[in-house]
Amino acid sequence: MRPEFTSPSSSSSSSADRRLNALVRHLATPSMVSQTAVAFSPTSGFHGDSVFSHVVRAPEDPILGVTVAYNKDPSPVKLNLGVGAYRTEEGKPFVLNVVRKAEQMLLNDKSRVKEYLPIVGIAEFNKLSAQLIFGADSPAIRENRVTTVQCLSGTGSLRVGAEFLARHYHQKTIYIPQPTWGNHPKVFTLAGLSVKTYRYYDPTTRGLNFQGLLEDLGSAPSGSIVLLHACAHNPTGVDPTLQQWEQIRQLMRSKALLPFFDSAYQGFASGNLDEDAQSIRMFVTDGGECFVAQSYAKNMGLYGERVGALSVVCTAADVASKVESQLKLVIRPMFSNPPIHGASIVATILKDSNMFNEWTIELKAMADRIISMRKQLFDALRARGTPGDWSHIIKQIGMFTFTGLNSKQVEFMTREYHIYMTSDGRISMAGLSSKTVPHLADAIHAAVTRMT
Amino acid sequence: MAIRRAMSGRIMDRTAVVGARYMSSWWRSVQPAPKDPILGVTEAFLADQSPDKVNVGVGAYRDDNGKPVVLECVREAERRIAGNLNMEYLPMGGSVKMVEETLKLAYGENSELIKEKRIAAVQALSGTGACRLFADFQKHFCPDSQIYIPVPTWANHHNIWRDAQVPQKTYHYYHPESKGLDFAAMIDDIKNAPNGSFFLLHACAHNPTGVDPSEEQWREISHHIKAKGHFAFFDMAYQGFASGDPEKDAKAIRIFLEDGHHIGIAQSYAKNMGLYGQRVGCLSVLCEDEKQAVAVKSQLQQLARPMYSNPPVHGALIVSTILSDPDLKKQWLKEVKVMADRIIGMRTALRGNLEKLGSPLSWQHITNQIGMFCYSGLTPEQVDRLTNEFHIYMTRNGRISMAGVTTGNVKYLANAIHEVTK
Repeated sequence: MRPEFTSPSSSSSSSADRRLNALVRHLATPSMVSQTAVAFSPTSGFHGDSVFSHVVRAPEDPILGVTVAYNKDPSPVKLNLGVGAYRTEEGKPFVLNVVRKAEQMLLNDKSRVKEYLPIVGIAEFNKLSAQLIFGADSPAIRENRVTTVQCLSGTGSLRVGAEFLARHYHQKTIYIPQPTWGNHPKVFTLAGLSVKTYRYYDPTTRGLNFQGLLEDLGSAPSGSIVLLHACAHNPTGVDPTLQQWEQIRQLMRSKALLPFFDSAYQGFASGNLDEDAQSIRMFVTDGGECFVAQSYAKNMGLYGERVGALSVVCTAADVASKVESQLKLVIRPMFSNPPIHGASIVATILKDSNMFNEWTIELKAMADRIISMRKQLFDALRARGTPGDWSHIIKQIGMFTFTGLNSKQVEFMTREYHIYMTSDGRISMAGLSSKTVPHLADAIHAAVTRMT
Repeated sequence: MAIRRAMSGRIMDRTAVVGARYMSSWWRSVQPAPKDPILGVTEAFLADQSPDKVNVGVGAYRDDNGKPVVLECVREAERRIAGNLNMEYLPMGGSVKMVEETLKLAYGENSELIKEKRIAAVQALSGTGACRLFADFQKHFCPDSQIYIPVPTWANHHNIWRDAQVPQKTYHYYHPESKGLDFAAMIDDIKNAPNGSFFLLHACAHNPTGVDPSEEQWREISHHIKAKGHFAFFDMAYQGFASGDPEKDAKAIRIFLEDGHHIGIAQSYAKNMGLYGQRVGCLSVLCEDEKQAVAVKSQLQQLARPMYSNPPVHGALIVSTILSDPDLKKQWLKEVKVMADRIIGMRTALRGNLEKLGSPLSWQHITNQIGMFCYSGLTPEQVDRLTNEFHIYMTRNGRISMAGVTTGNVKYLANAIHEVTK
């Protein structure tokens, strides 16, 4: 059907050659020309136009973009307080010893293969994750009312849960705290939910705007979804007290608001796993339903391995089973099945009581180091007589401190002191060390006294 | 305030009563979802107690003992990685090194397009993730477009574009009578589709049929797609697995590149590096120039961020370790060829056995088809008989995963197929 002719077919031909080629081939087949209703649309590759010519460059992700900028900076005193990844006193990334151990065990086990996991991931991992967050003696677990599916860290768990809600829940609005992690609104919007906010942070007290929170949740339509940070609120570090949690719980149950917990810092906030899960467990003890997104990125230092779990607590076992089957339909067209490596490490650690203990010790050490950094920074600012009340630094909890610095001051600190942080004034305490606290304190002092 | 307190007092009584009986579930109306047609097969297989059971369902490679394989080059790469590196977040676009090496496989080791930085590429969650990311991107930036999907195709393709909310149409592909390609009808569908439609093409080793266009047919397909200004999106899940030679298996893509198409490609290392559960792949989109590639990549990242933030590091490290070390890469190429050759050998054996049994049907297609799968032509009823009577597990469309066939079970399989088709 095609006439014979040769054409240069090397993959390194220039674009002019390619176009000439195509033209020649086209002209060499007059019969085809008459048959073909040739329509050289503007999107035809023949003209070198792409159907995606109109795509504009997206802005840098505000959080991850900080590290990009940091990496470009040649200054020897630069400090990265942007992304929430734990650093040692030496400013190095930290792989937990117990994680290394687990990895070595997996490596040495020649019987291990790299086959596809089931859609919901590693069964043992799911079971142990549920136990970790809800407590091994949780009635919901005993009664088989929980379905847990392995997902890609916290982000992936939130997204899968949100997609399920967008398809199966009668209310398509989720209320998120003001402020919240920058990626939250995008996750929910792309999943098909609409996003509203509830008051959370009070800039004047640098604490919780509890009244505002109760009012806003109180006026939300019945059945609305509510995003709750289980502990160590990101970015503010401001958590409700247990009494406040109880009030929130009562209000939410009375309005049938659906809780969706984001648990990214279990163990990292107080240093104690059970303590950091209290808020969630309150909502399970009352027999009601909730969603929980769990991440092992920080508390096991598994960041890039993308390990997490989504749990849905239902009021009945058969319902949990149906929910699981529908979660699979969300997952399959997204990534088919989750990555095996990180979750295998987690399961190895969680199921061995010695390794579990080792983990809790290393976890507490990380949390304690952060608490100590808070104290040191607070003391350093006091020693410099930096104007303002800086007690929020030691009152807030978890990896982040919401300094209260404004974007101009942040810009100043980046420019003059090579301090990298997000423009909302959030600093990752995990990025500080005893050596670098003085530099940061100097920068904050300068920013507060020279810029308003 | 007093009212609120009084109300909350009553509420506390109600909510203090614990127990599922008092609260109904939001999810009672949720229907149980149907089992995944492909992955459900393995579940059933695992539950079967019969010693004769054979799993020719899911497309995961098995050695001649029916065991899963971890490639030696992969083991070596893992040894090098373990204990040496941290587990920090990758950038949103994934491992730059891995992506670089992966593009060379698809576009050519010395591709000008790579040198000109015209390719927007990000690490993705294997082939599924790459397709899904592209589908979401297509929806966002060409919202009026639709995707043309071959009949048949991997079942999950339909799910992916549906969840991305891109309307889908189909185009003729498989010709049941000849158990080959329905070429004329395929070309017609290409010509009749509205200009600027998106076409999903299997780069090699079509799943589930194993039927690939010839080189000449690919050139014509390219010509007609170009004439209509369609967008060609390649799903390449089996590079190296079809012929045993990754360069040969990329031929269709190279033809389209020569012809000047701005293509998209989903690449997977699940099969050809045996990295299934690691979820390693790559999505690339060829652009007009570097500026556009930067823009497109940034938008792909914007779609990845609210889905999983950044991709998993372990599998990517394995890939980049192997591909950037000439010796390890050579070893990989050898191991891929071994896998492909074993499958080709099993095709010959299965066909040979069926012919020896005196089957009245033609089984030529078993050796004509290529890649991991054979579209046997068995009906769902015949497949059910194979499962119920012979404990042979495959998907009900008659797709046989040749990777599950061994010298140990090929006779048994041939016998069983003969029994249900004679």
